[in-house]
Amino acid sequence: MSTAPDRTSNVPEFSVSELAFSLKKTLEGAYSHVRVRGELSRIKIHSSGHMYSVIKDDNACIDAVCWKSNVARLSIKPEEGLEVICTGRISTYPARSNYQLIIESMELAGEGALLKMLEDRKRRLAAEGLFAPERKKKLPFLPERIGVITSPTGAVIRDIMHRLNDRFPRHVMLWPVRVQGDTAAAEIERALRGFCGLPESVRPGILILARGGGSLEDLMPFNEENVVRAVADCTIPIITAVGHETDTTLVDYASDLRAPTPTGAAEMAVPRRLDLLATVRAEADTLLRVASRLLSERKGRLETLGARLGDPARLLEIHSQKVDHLGGNLERQAQILVNDRRARLRTASVRLRDPGYVLQQKTQGLVRLADRLDNGFRNRLNEDGRLLAKAGALLREPRGIIERLQERLLERGQTLQRVWARSFEERRTNLAYLARSLENLSYENVLGRGYTVVFDVCGKPITSAHAVSAGMALDIKFRDGRAGALASGKSSDRASLSGQSADREKQLDQGKLL
Amino acid sequence: MAEQKPIDQLSFEEALQELQSIVSDLETGKAPLEKSISDYERGVALRKHCEKKLHEAQSKIEKITVTEDGRLQTAPFEEE
Repeated sequence: MSTAPDRTSNVPEFSVSELAFSLKKTLEGAYSHVRVRGELSRIKIHSSGHMYSVIKDDNACIDAVCWKSNVARLSIKPEEGLEVICTGRISTYPARSNYQLIIESMELAGEGALLKMLEDRKRRLAAEGLFAPERKKKLPFLPERIGVITSPTGAVIRDIMHRLNDRFPRHVMLWPVRVQGDTAAAEIERALRGFCGLPESVRPGILILARGGGSLEDLMPFNEENVVRAVADCTIPIITAVGHETDTTLVDYASDLRAPTPTGAAEMAVPRRLDLLATVRAEADTLLRVASRLLSERKGRLETLGARLGDPARLLEIHSQKVDHLGGNLERQAQILVNDRRARLRTASVRLRDPGYVLQQKTQGLVRLADRLDNGFRNRLNEDGRLLAKAGALLREPRGIIERLQERLLERGQTLQRVWARSFEERRTNLAYLARSLENLSYENVLGRGYTVVFDVCGKPITSAHAVSAGMALDIKFRDGRAGALASGKSSDRASLSGQSADREKQLDQGKLL
Repeated sequence: MAEQKPIDQLSFEEALQELQSIVSDLETGKAPLEKSISDYERGVALRKHCEKKLHEAQSKIEKITVTEDGRLQTAPFEEE
């Protein structure tokens, strides 16, 4: 006031702080609620959880911030370049005096932007293979239980139940969820994973995820990535029916089957009971018809064959002829066999030497040996005698020694003779035994002793009881001829045959005679 | 048809398929008589089983709720 002239008159003077706070107040007052349309850019989520970004258009840009608590509630996921409409207020930060938009909510700017975002997401998930045809599971023919994920209120669950009961009433397990709004996506994901985690005894055989029609925004939970992934991961075959026929959400690509409407989903889930009943009845009718036809065919065949079976007497004739023929053969064969044996016996007896002759030969050999021994002894004796005589001259009683030696020599000679004689005897006995055995082995001789030989119809001798079966024709050869016989089977007890029964038979015979 | 499951363990679809295959087997008329008869008897039993499965169909609806500690419960569903 002293020197400075009042050039600027009455303009009040602010401190910086005063101005900054005044600006803040003005801005916040004037722009306490604004909607700004622009493109998201330079998105940064700070470690504190707050999101910083810039919203721009062709000519301008404005800083924007979204506090952590609001970030979680945003209905869309902020992405770089996304065209959005942000709702919020303008505020400044006095320390720097730059202003920014505090974002409270965010929506996509127009259907075009939303569709573009969905298209991008779809492409990305498809590239991961989430929608691949080989991931699709086959629906069961007739599930025992059906799991339904939808709102417990409204027409959807009613429509599904109505159509199911029309076609094939089933046990339905409803997992209630909200089908729109901020929490819908999380609830739907939990229901999907919850159904898959149920123990097998109560797990549904098929799932239906359904929602009625709505705006594109209403259907957004069914486009959320976590829901699409949960549908793709679902181990139970799943049918989706979201919105009207013309709406397609991303879960429809990930599910095993897409139904145009909830009612359509119920139709796909179960077959028609009445159709099945008709099928079963038709099959059963065919079964009965076919089975009766089979029986009557076989009966007919049996009758034809029976007629062709013919007269049993004729069959018998043929066989009786055969028996006669074989009987003749048998006789011839037996004769040939006997002749053959006889010839062999003759040959054998020729080769059998007279035991008397053999004995004589051996005796002669023995005599010769005895002579040689005798001579040997005699020579030896003579020599020894001479030696002894020589020695005797030197000895006192040579004569006595010589006599003793002579006695011993005589003894030895006798022993030798005894041994030889015994040996002769053994050989003679052997020979006689052999001769007798030969005799016994003769076929005719055996017959002579009362034995018989049994032949079968082919003329082969039967040597074992096992070779005889009941009813078999036998030919028995006796000493004085042959006789035919029929085997009765096993041998009866010998005692009863020879004893009582024979007596009884005799009595019976006598009875008859009397 | 090497192994034959007891009929009451068959699902409707399995039973129907077996019935159909028995019918077409019998239609060829090549099976021995004994087998034809036992096939027919099994066919009749399969039919009964199928019809039973179709008749026992019953509608039931229950609601799943998640308790606070994360367990699942079911309750009869009443439309709200």
